[in-house]
Amino acid sequence: MCEKRPMLELKGVGKTFNRGSVNEKVALKDFDLTVEEGEFLTVIGGNGAGKSTFMNVVCGTYPVDEGKIFLGGHDVTRLPEYRRAKYLGRVFQDPMMGTSPDMEIQENLALAYRRGKVRSLMPGIRKAEKEFFRTQLARLGLGLEERMTVKAGLLSGGQRQSLTLLMATLKKPDLLLLDEHTAALDPKTAAKVLAFTEEIAAENKLTTVMVTHNMADAIRCGNRLIMMQEGRIIYDVSGEEKKSLTVEDLLERFRASAGELSDRMILS
Amino acid sequence: MGFLSALPGAIALGLIWGLMAIGVYITYKVLDFADLTVDGSICTGGAVCAVLVTAGVNVWVAMLAALLAGAAAGLLTGVFHTLMGIPAILSGILTQLILWSVNLKIMGQANLSVSARTYGVVISQLEAGWAILILFGFVSVIIGLLYWFFGTELGCGIRATGNNPNMSRAQGINVGLNKIIGLMISNALVALAGALLVQYQGFADINMGRGAIVIGLAAVIIGEALVNLICRNFAVRLAGVALGGIIYYIVYQLVIELGMDTDLLKMLSALVVAIFLAIPYWKKRYFSGFHRKKAAKEPPAPPPEGGETAAQEPPAAAPLQGGQSDV
Ligand SMILES: Nc1ncnc2c1ncn2[C@@H]1O[C@H](COP(=O)(O)OP(=O)(O)OP(=O)(O)O)[C@@H](O)[C@H]1O
Ligand SMILES: [Mg+2]
Repeated sequence: MCEKRPMLELKGVGKTFNRGSVNEKVALKDFDLTVEEGEFLTVIGGNGAGKSTFMNVVCGTYPVDEGKIFLGGHDVTRLPEYRRAKYLGRVFQDPMMGTSPDMEIQENLALAYRRGKVRSLMPGIRKAEKEFFRTQLARLGLGLEERMTVKAGLLSGGQRQSLTLLMATLKKPDLLLLDEHTAALDPKTAAKVLAFTEEIAAENKLTTVMVTHNMADAIRCGNRLIMMQEGRIIYDVSGEEKKSLTVEDLLERFRASAGELSDRMILS
Repeated sequence: MGFLSALPGAIALGLIWGLMAIGVYITYKVLDFADLTVDGSICTGGAVCAVLVTAGVNVWVAMLAALLAGAAAGLLTGVFHTLMGIPAILSGILTQLILWSVNLKIMGQANLSVSARTYGVVISQLEAGWAILILFGFVSVIIGLLYWFFGTELGCGIRATGNNPNMSRAQGINVGLNKIIGLMISNALVALAGALLVQYQGFADINMGRGAIVIGLAAVIIGEALVNLICRNFAVRLAGVALGGIIYYIVYQLVIELGMDTDLLKMLSALVVAIFLAIPYWKKRYFSGFHRKKAAKEPPAPPPEGGETAAQEPPAAAPLQGGQSDV
């Protein structure tokens, strides 16, 4: 374990929205986290705990106010979003966000296959690639391999999330970020997409961070779990201890920290 | 009688404006960027071409210079939008205003004659038949080049940028740069159309671009309506836009022939375009109203994007609304 190198590091990261206004909102506070190579981390926390903000500062959607972010040892704190993309695979919560609706399924895959490369005047998609895409799509078991020239906008939410997941991992990312990527799907589809997520992460030994609202999933998937509240990590558990967790344990933690919080608020 | 003799002229003008509309198509449809620069850049192209030709420069060199001047205008709008965070429409308006002064300076006067009798121009209304043939060649070559370009890695990246900027950034696409490239290509084509227009009509005029965006949009709308149902191939759609330009000018000629007050033509064009732009919006309202009624009858509304049911079509881009600023 100790030879593994850290894939993602956040050091003292702080992010406040609308600083100095009445809407000021601290979304991340002195946030430290190290995710090792090959680790599968699940993240839980209440609404507004800062989970998406954590994801977004890693991606570069917003700049951080303070602290540093390293991806695979590179300091990316100041890199714009599109230049960090070469290290990252991402699936968003909103199925609309991850694909280009007016482009064909195969064109979407071809775009993703070139993530992190300079886009030249070479053909946007090659014959040989199409075969590769077809075999990859077939793994989803959705029959999309027969519909490669269909526009992505015509797919259902579940199909799109599966496609986005495939796009995020087609070119192996250093880090796979999943922000409640099954939350907008019905339970059956969500389970399918989640199963494919685990399969693809295990197969490529992907370092993965998955935000979820489903505590059972958070316990079952991956080998480490963190709970966030008020922009901080309030619970961090891995290995055997994580395996033996129950949903009740987590709920208990939630309540305890919420109680502690309200006590703190009363005292101050 | 009059109409038939005016038909070749209408077709030639339609092809020139069809070329201009292809430029508008690239920003409005591909990039999802309502670019008003074109009202200025079409005149810039015309002015550059007119000044160079009257100075004795080879007409092909003059057209190339016009093309580059248009690209520069697009670059300026792109910089306003991406590096300075100015909304799309306003960026275009600012460049348009800048170009008004620039165009006057280029020409040195408000009107400049480029008579086909004196100068070696490529097309002229004196020979509308030839003009149609040559313009047809121009439009075909440009459609071919665009078809190739938007199939390259870079071109696909530009299409994705207009279609879904969030996804594009996540795939490592430099959204700001791509918008600039798209704007440059678009305005280069518009300026080329301006250069051809000046040769065809035999003069450049500071007001020649006024309302150009409306004619461009009209051609795009007509083209889409014609072609969309038959074929969604990109080259065919561009050809549809050029055809849209021709139809626009034939209708225009007809309306004049019927004795319509020409002062009202711009207003009519704008109103027709407004109605066509409203159609997707009305459609959406009608359909979403339908869904709401249906949902109200059913117990708890299911999550909007859920399940294996086909997701709804992405909402049509609001007319004349550009993307967010980037970089
Ligand atoms: N772009 C923004 N502008 C202003 N405030 C924001 C922005 N994004 C997030 N916030 C605020 O920051 C806090 C953290 O939000 P965040 O989206 O990270 O929470 P979350 O843990 O992902 O919650 P959820 O479970 O609801 O997705 C919230 O109070 C939110 O209102
Ligand atoms: Mg969130």
